[in-house]
Amino acid sequence: MTLKTRLIPCLDVKDGRVVKGVQFVDLIDAGDPVEAAIAYDAAGADELCFLDIAASHEGRDTIFDVVARTAEHCFMPVTVGGGVRTLEDIRKLLLSGADKVAINSSAVNDPNFIARAADKFGNQCIVVSVDAKQRLDQRVGGDNRSEWEIYTHGGRNASGLDAVEFAVRMVELGAGELLVTSMDRDGTKSGFDIALTRAITDAVNVPVIASGGVGNLDHLVEGVREGHASAVLAASIFHFGTYTIPQAKQYLADHGIPVRMDRAA
Amino acid sequence: MSLVTIIDYGSSNLRSAANAFERQAALMDDPSEILVTADPEKVRAASRIVLPGVGAFADCAAGLNAVPGMRDVLEERVIAGGTPFLGICVGMQLLATEGREKAITPGLGWIDGAVVHLTPSDPTLKIPHMGWNTLRIQRPHTLLAGIPEGLHAYFVHSYHLQTDRPDLTIATTDYGGPVTAIVGRDNIFGTQFHPEKSQALGLALISNFLTWSP
Repeated sequence: MTLKTRLIPCLDVKDGRVVKGVQFVDLIDAGDPVEAAIAYDAAGADELCFLDIAASHEGRDTIFDVVARTAEHCFMPVTVGGGVRTLEDIRKLLLSGADKVAINSSAVNDPNFIARAADKFGNQCIVVSVDAKQRLDQRVGGDNRSEWEIYTHGGRNASGLDAVEFAVRMVELGAGELLVTSMDRDGTKSGFDIALTRAITDAVNVPVIASGGVGNLDHLVEGVREGHASAVLAASIFHFGTYTIPQAKQYLADHGIPVRMDRAA
Repeated sequence: MSLVTIIDYGSSNLRSAANAFERQAALMDDPSEILVTADPEKVRAASRIVLPGVGAFADCAAGLNAVPGMRDVLEERVIAGGTPFLGICVGMQLLATEGREKAITPGLGWIDGAVVHLTPSDPTLKIPHMGWNTLRIQRPHTLLAGIPEGLHAYFVHSYHLQTDRPDLTIATTDYGGPVTAIVGRDNIFGTQFHPEKSQALGLALISNFLTWSP
């Protein structure tokens, strides 16, 4: 009897559609994020993460409908990230049925936004996305800095901020959870940046979700065992049917990591 | 048709709770109407009352107190009238005598105890206690009928209701020591976890609540 490690599939959504089609056998519409969400719910996912990568306001509004329709069918926690800039954005997502929002650029540009958001909605629903890349020149930061720097805009813009310092600051301001993504590893299938994950996990007292780079089930185990993450997030290994959620959970369990094996409702 | 009111007092994310109650109500022979409302008169007319809540205890208490007449109607219907009541997360914590988050704030005072910060014995355990954990049933309860042992409930909280009345603790969970998961007495039931996010366990509990005659 203990808190279980969470396994979180992540869906990239653009203008209301899944960006890289989800290749499940039974989906009627592989591009519908709600269908994918329902399938992951039935498979026993512990949470679901939608990352909205819409480029326009018109596209942005579709996420509210996606979340609302998902919440009608899925009785598990849902996190939504991407484009969250105002308290009103957060309110609308929560009213649609999201449980948590993940905030990236706005946390970098205006750290006090995190304090205001946590104060208004509670720490439990404020997730800060820590998107980090290894520094090209290790000496740039000086002795007290970590090896990683914070990036925004999907890894395109360097912020100059130290990743570990930023993570600690965000928790002080009220983040209830951190979603730590290695922008070096994202999409490479070469595994989490374990050193990054662990450096942040061990520096903060809130749960950390490890993200970016999962290509096989050993990577999930490493994220928990060596990265000390409370939850592990992956996208393509599930979307393309390389592994199922139950397979991944069984693999974690076989390696001594406590997971939830309930049958879905 | 019986009416179930979910009290809206500015605490967010009522849609999820309403969805779960509506889904389970639709399975009933005589489906209850599920209404999210801030109107004390609607609550007065309800045959079941749900008090959700997320965020900080002090903010939720202030939010509830800010709805004119709501506290009076709750006292009238739940304490004097015996209407079945379910508190969820901070809605459960509000049952306590007082909360000690941010400031000392009085609660409804229906369950003797205080809402205090979690202090797991293992300092590496993260706060909030966030995710899926199992229940340790301390006292059998009608609302747990048909829920097999070992199913998981979804928790997200940094504080819990500590009562010195073991007879009011229905279930605990383990997070570096016992954490209060369910409290209850008479027609009052409160879950620290989120039934509306707890898949099989939560939906079964909601169904039980919809037909509960304490």
